[in-house]
Amino acid sequence: MQNRIDQLFAKKQHGVLNIYCTAGFPQLNDTLPVMTALQQHGADLIELGMPFSDPLADGPVIQDSSTKALQNGMSLHKLFEQLSGFRDRIQVPVILMGYFNPVLTYGVEAFCAKCAEVGVDGIIVPDLPMAEYENEYRPVFEKYNLHLIFLVTPETSEERIRKIDSLSKGFLYAVSSSSTTGKDKDMGDQQAYFERLKKLQLSNPVLIGFGIKDKATFEAASAHANGAIIGTAFIKAIEHSQNIDETVKTFISGIIQQ
Amino acid sequence: MDIAINTGNSRYQVDKNGYYGRFGGAYIPEMLYPNVAELQSRYLEVLSDPGFQQEFEDLLRDYVGRPSPLYFAKRLSEKYKAKIYLKREDLNHTGAHKVNNTIGQILLAKRLGKHRIIAETGAGQHGVATATVCALMGMECVVYMGSIDIERQAPNVARMKMLGATVVPATSGSKTLKDATNEAIRDWINNPVDTHYILGTAAGPHPYPDMVARFQSVISEEIKKQLLEKTGSEDPNYVVACIGGGSNAAGAYFHYLDRENVKLVAVEAGGKGVHSGFSAATTQLGTIGIIHASKTLLMQTNDGQIVEPHSISAGLDYPGIGPMHAHLYESGRAQFLSATDEEALAAAYELSLLEGIIPAMESAHALAKLKDLTLQPEDVVVVCLSGRGDKDLDTYIRHMNK
Repeated sequence: MQNRIDQLFAKKQHGVLNIYCTAGFPQLNDTLPVMTALQQHGADLIELGMPFSDPLADGPVIQDSSTKALQNGMSLHKLFEQLSGFRDRIQVPVILMGYFNPVLTYGVEAFCAKCAEVGVDGIIVPDLPMAEYENEYRPVFEKYNLHLIFLVTPETSEERIRKIDSLSKGFLYAVSSSSTTGKDKDMGDQQAYFERLKKLQLSNPVLIGFGIKDKATFEAASAHANGAIIGTAFIKAIEHSQNIDETVKTFISGIIQQ
Repeated sequence: MDIAINTGNSRYQVDKNGYYGRFGGAYIPEMLYPNVAELQSRYLEVLSDPGFQQEFEDLLRDYVGRPSPLYFAKRLSEKYKAKIYLKREDLNHTGAHKVNNTIGQILLAKRLGKHRIIAETGAGQHGVATATVCALMGMECVVYMGSIDIERQAPNVARMKMLGATVVPATSGSKTLKDATNEAIRDWINNPVDTHYILGTAAGPHPYPDMVARFQSVISEEIKKQLLEKTGSEDPNYVVACIGGGSNAAGAYFHYLDRENVKLVAVEAGGKGVHSGFSAATTQLGTIGIIHASKTLLMQTNDGQIVEPHSISAGLDYPGIGPMHAHLYESGRAQFLSATDEEALAAAYELSLLEGIIPAMESAHALAKLKDLTLQPEDVVVVCLSGRGDKDLDTYIRHMNK
């Protein structure tokens, strides 16, 4: 079967909305209800965070959600338990995002096999460097038809972007500025960088992440790429939610026209 | 003195990919790539520059007070029936070996055109050593320190502030050293252009473990010369050092790594006992994983979550170990022991009474294992006395009153 991420980009090249949420947050068993609501109300892609004790690339909001999820009892084993059978209800592509240590400890091949079994389509591991992926882990990810999605930043050289593009599958995750998640930086400064990315005519679609929080920033990002990723703003929205479905509906309708 | 540059074909030095055996590497997010790649491509060139070496050497001599003495501990030797020498890193300016590395790294930062320095600290020794060199060079200094450590190490926080540093509490996770390190790394991600991160131990992404080891290698460089003068041989039978991340051990072992006649002994913090659930004995309790961008041994749950360690000594209270040491452990090159909180306290009292030297709690762990080595009267043992005990007086007083 063709990877669901590729299927998505084959039919939609503009305004792709990817929403990040931490698994097991705000409550342990909210993972599936949040995913269901995201699909229901118009997210094109779901990026599910695997909580980690030491999330280096994340700002305070996502860190706190990670800590909370771990306190709720979330773990990789628990996550795969929750995801078992989720494809009966959810058809949009699902990406797991997390740090390399838990994956390494779970066993890279066992992890990939489990992802394929439950129906996960892609993985983002910000601290798995390109060289290590290429030398050691690429065949395993490919064997299970899992797309590994790499990050690029405004400081990434053209040569390196091309190399990352050649190793990536699914899409490229363009960090809108050099920062941890949830930082407010001026999108205007990033325009030149997005234009530069566009001109490179990369083989993968590009989604812009970090700093996207509302309709204006989503549209600005979408004008320069295939779409954008929202994380911190969504975590803030559902943190104290009494009604997940209603909160997700309100949040997404504030971003895109139905 | 010179900074060791040629790694040659050593089995124990870093390889060209930044690994020691299967440990090491740079598991960094892409946002850190330009900074880390710049260090990787330039650190050896800068360190081998004669102008750099001269400046480093001058500061170590005139500002730090090197060479630090190698002291023959007569009464301690009588007690353990061997020839015991103490490498007196406690006599350095700022009171520990940490300053060797901060001097080296601030000179490097200047050459890389950086204006702002960040650092992590646990007990505050590395923070103080960093704040000191920043004052010396007139650079902005931000030190991340766990909010729990800020409470329990008030005098060092005051020292850093007096030296002009901004001390930022790390309030994430367990609010101690590992979290302070996370915060420093996050700061670096957000300030990629003008900032250099002075990491304090022989851990973190390549090239830090190797770079820190090279700056600290002045310790074994001096031991060789001093022992030759005192005993007629550069080589002792044993070099003993405590290990948290492993910077003083890396420096004390450095020039002996390939001299397999010299036994290397590493002492980890056993806490309340290795299997008590309150320990920092990483090689005994750890498994392979990634911590602070390095593949090494670390304490973690079955789910790959990093565990908070315990030690009476804040400087050894770290759930990982530098990749060079993980390799020395796995290859069998170094012998790894652990000392409990109680053993370390007893050793600190013993050294105070026998030699008139109050050691740092960390260094006391190394001293605590003299009793467990099978020593011959002719054996020459060098113990790295990594720091002085002033900062630990509260702990010592509390123990005295028990």
